[in-house]
Amino acid sequence: MLTDSEIMTCSAPVLEFKSSTFSVPVIVLSNNDLVAIEEHLRKKNLLAPDFFKNSPVVFDVQLLNQKGISIDIEDLTRVIYQAGMLPIGIRGGDELQNSKARELRIPAYSSLHSVSAESGKKVVQKNTKSATAAESPTTLIITHPVRSGQRVYATGDLIILAQVSAGAEILAEGNVHVYNTLRGRVLAGVQGNTEARIFCSDLQAELISIAGNYKISEDLNDSIRNKPVQVYLQEHSLIIKDIL
Amino acid sequence: MARIIVVTSGKGGVGKTTTSAAISMGLAKKGHKTVVIDFDVGLRNLDLIMGCERRVVYDFVNVINGEAALNQALIRDKHCEALSILPASQTRDKDALSLEGVGKILEDLSKDFDYIVCDSPAGIEKGAHLAMYFADDAFIVTNPEVSSVRDSDRMLGLLSSKSRRAELNQEPIKEYLLLSRYSPDRVKLGEMLSVQDVQEILSLHLLGVIPESKSVLNASNSGTPVILDEKSDAGQAYADIVARYLGEDKPHRFIDEKKGLFGKLFGSK
Repeated sequence: MLTDSEIMTCSAPVLEFKSSTFSVPVIVLSNNDLVAIEEHLRKKNLLAPDFFKNSPVVFDVQLLNQKGISIDIEDLTRVIYQAGMLPIGIRGGDELQNSKARELRIPAYSSLHSVSAESGKKVVQKNTKSATAAESPTTLIITHPVRSGQRVYATGDLIILAQVSAGAEILAEGNVHVYNTLRGRVLAGVQGNTEARIFCSDLQAELISIAGNYKISEDLNDSIRNKPVQVYLQEHSLIIKDIL
Repeated sequence: MARIIVVTSGKGGVGKTTTSAAISMGLAKKGHKTVVIDFDVGLRNLDLIMGCERRVVYDFVNVINGEAALNQALIRDKHCEALSILPASQTRDKDALSLEGVGKILEDLSKDFDYIVCDSPAGIEKGAHLAMYFADDAFIVTNPEVSSVRDSDRMLGLLSSKSRRAELNQEPIKEYLLLSRYSPDRVKLGEMLSVQDVQEILSLHLLGVIPESKSVLNASNSGTPVILDEKSDAGQAYADIVARYLGEDKPHRFIDEKKGLFGKLFGSK
């Protein structure tokens, strides 16, 4: 016989990894004068106490390193903590600074213009990546059926004028429109865009997902099947509604 | 230039070889010089269905490897002058085929024949890929059941992305649906997908429906393509399919239930 806890583990996984993007303030330092830094943070705090209280921050020492000014990471984090903020990362640090940060359990983020010579190659890769990412997302229009086993990926919106078969997978960083029967797997906002939506004229999908929040075919009830619907995200749950 | 037709399905046992034999015979009987090639290297069946298994000397792989000339390997059909068969090798596997080798043979055959029918093996691996790669037309053989339909859909995806026409950005392969082993009685009982169901899933031009028929097994066992059995329903279905493919306008048959004697007498419907 199954115990309660066993039933629990059968029905739901203990944890899931999901991709999310956060916006975090970055403290860009241009001076190693800790007293001046402390004073500046204090003033900022006075301006918007609620905003900075317990706010996660990343500190960026890239400028300092470019100028050749050294700073003690341990002292710096102490100052940030004292100002009521929670440092969650270092950016643009050299190897010594990064390892020091790791000792303090602060993860290091790579920067676009890292100063250390050996990471020069990485910098170039980073730059090309950010350059392609900066290109305006394009809308992809597909006029032929997307068959079982095929995958279509759009960096912007995806518009499909033919059917999407069971076993096909269509993905877009933006919205997905299917002006025909949708039987395959459809994923919108795959890079975390929670504003993305899915539109289709006949919903029979195997899986629908927006920004990592998904529903499988079994979760779709008959009231929204086989008809034109739109799907959007509201407080981490997928809302499926008739278009008409 | 010959027209290259691939008979494919993804799934096995749906009637690809039966169809290849029937339509190649049908085309040849209409006076078109036709060659049918067995791509199922290692599982040679076409020669049995065509009734020429005792005349195989050289095969497809021999020609690819330059061990035999094309003319030595081609077998002239007993029933029809215009039809030739290029058998597969039974002692090798699909790796013996190469894209260049197949391309060269099809090019050579194109000079002498009007139609080249490629009998694809099941699956989506090398043999099936090579069979469809050079095709101009594709006959998708599907049984009215979900797994066969799903596999056909997968095959259609490959036809539109992994073929020569797709890679050279030419006009896509023309795709035709052949629904085989169809039984209107069982459709009525809800045991089988209907023509409409299959067409809705595949959205494909229907070339014809071949009814489930005892004559197919009889024809296979005796080594005569079923299309030569003109009295049989399956034979007639294939004759219709060939005619439609060549542009004749033939109404679809075998989709509705057979009327029993009673129905015929009273002319119901």
